[in-house]
Amino acid sequence: MNESSAGRSGFPPAYLDRVGSSFTDFLAASAPDLLPGRRPVPQLPVGDIAPHGTTIVAATYDGGVLMGGDRRATMGNLISSRDIEKVYPADSYSVIGIAGAAGIAIEMVKLYQVELEHYEKIEGLTMSLDGKANRLAQMIRGNLGAALQGLAVVPLFAGFDLDAAPGELPGRIFSYDVTGGNYEERGYSAVGSGSLFARNSLKKTWRQGLDAAAATRTVVEALYDAADDDSATGGPDPVRRLYPIVYRVDAEGAIRLTDAEIAAVADAIVAERAAAERQNTTREA
Amino acid sequence: MTMPYYASAEQVMRDRSEYARKGISRGRSVAVVTYADGVLFIAENPSSTLHKVGEIYDRIGFAAVGRYSEFESLRVAGVRLADVRGYSYNRRDVTGRVIANAYAQTLGAIFTEQMKPYEVELCVAEVGETPERDQLYRLTFDGSVVDEPDFVVMGGQADAVTAHLRENFHPGMGLADALRVGVDALSAVSPATTGAADGGPTRLTAQQMEVAVLDRRRPKRAFRRVVGAALHTLLGDGQTGETETPPSGHVPSHPAPGTPAGLGDPAAPDTAGGTTDTGEGHPQSDG
Repeated sequence: MNESSAGRSGFPPAYLDRVGSSFTDFLAASAPDLLPGRRPVPQLPVGDIAPHGTTIVAATYDGGVLMGGDRRATMGNLISSRDIEKVYPADSYSVIGIAGAAGIAIEMVKLYQVELEHYEKIEGLTMSLDGKANRLAQMIRGNLGAALQGLAVVPLFAGFDLDAAPGELPGRIFSYDVTGGNYEERGYSAVGSGSLFARNSLKKTWRQGLDAAAATRTVVEALYDAADDDSATGGPDPVRRLYPIVYRVDAEGAIRLTDAEIAAVADAIVAERAAAERQNTTREA
Repeated sequence: MTMPYYASAEQVMRDRSEYARKGISRGRSVAVVTYADGVLFIAENPSSTLHKVGEIYDRIGFAAVGRYSEFESLRVAGVRLADVRGYSYNRRDVTGRVIANAYAQTLGAIFTEQMKPYEVELCVAEVGETPERDQLYRLTFDGSVVDEPDFVVMGGQADAVTAHLRENFHPGMGLADALRVGVDALSAVSPATTGAADGGPTRLTAQQMEVAVLDRRRPKRAFRRVVGAALHTLLGDGQTGETETPPSGHVPSHPAPGTPAGLGDPAAPDTAGGTTDTGEGHPQSDG
């Protein structure tokens, strides 16, 4: 198809002629303005005026992997959102959680979801888990300029590896740095402002061979501990019925655990901590 | 005889039409049939990887006959248009009409401006909330687009298959009935069953077909391939365990590793769109 016929109507030439199954690469050629990494980078640091998402936690268990995130977004010293969602399904067998500048991060997640679905539709197969992790790294790499002005996006990626060799655990976790570095994590990981505390919590509660319910508890507890010490991480909020978002990815795919399920886990943790606290105070008295 | 320097526009168009029509009728037929819960695609296609039927978007499917390289590039273009539109507007703003229009205009431009027209015929199917809102668009090589009710048959001996379907089709059939009617219609004219009178096979087998549905009950992506055990069950051909895994590997009873969830494996439903109770606030269903 030549330019003149394309100018009239129908598909622009790139739609028919380009080879490749990457949505991002296709946008870069046909509509680069839609890509998050292609916009001019602000000249001054703008980190304080953009909402930032905070803590994301992931942990593997026997049959897959879990990822959870708190519900708070902050803007400088303000809480800009109490009910933001920071964990999303990337496709049927993987999930992505985001910490950092919320606007760019959510746009990136949206692009990433389309990227995976686009590949799946064009190729007729899903990408390998390592391939998915690598595509995400390339997306983060394009954001380095904005990251240096306070708009960093740091995701956590986890998925069920359909190609896992027998005997290997199918649940896998990948973490990233602002330059697009991609590291596979063993067992558990956390990103965001409260990640230090969440990771310390997981270090004590997580161990190999947990089942799904026990691993869910370690994830929710890690978020509780992060909220305990990090002002930018929100804890469970029984008044508004807001609880962390937790996704589970197993052989059957990625599903979001219901609020009722998480509420039960979070309430149990709170009750246990309260009981321990009461014991301490009676001993002191 | 010397080559004429002038050929009338009418003559040129007629020659091109004839060329395209010949190419399309050489292939095997594809039937797109509506049923109670959506749209059913049945293609006579012995290959399990070179598809004639594909997914365009959440509620939109694609079927084609003719030259593979040509309709494959059109399919990819349709997927790209749908994804770009869904990404820059919203997933709900991608409609079958938009895709069908783009195909019509592209095919029309190719037909009038290029020496060789595309030897393809396409069907863009969209599944709606209710059976009344299902749409089947038939697109021919010259860019004409027709919105057809009930069913579309393309390629091969399309007229004979259409006649057969017209007799047996009833609106609101279940999936198994629609599949039976469609397969019977395709089998009646298929070269694979020409030996029926001499005791040969009378019906196309699962291995000779590509079957997919757009199921309106599925939460996000309605498209699903029906392969392996699920197809045998629907066909009711009573095949059991050992025959479900043919040595050729053409129709795997278990999808190959990496097959998207929901595409053929009844044990692995596609949950990318979230289950119904978590559909609220999902970035792809509302975002």
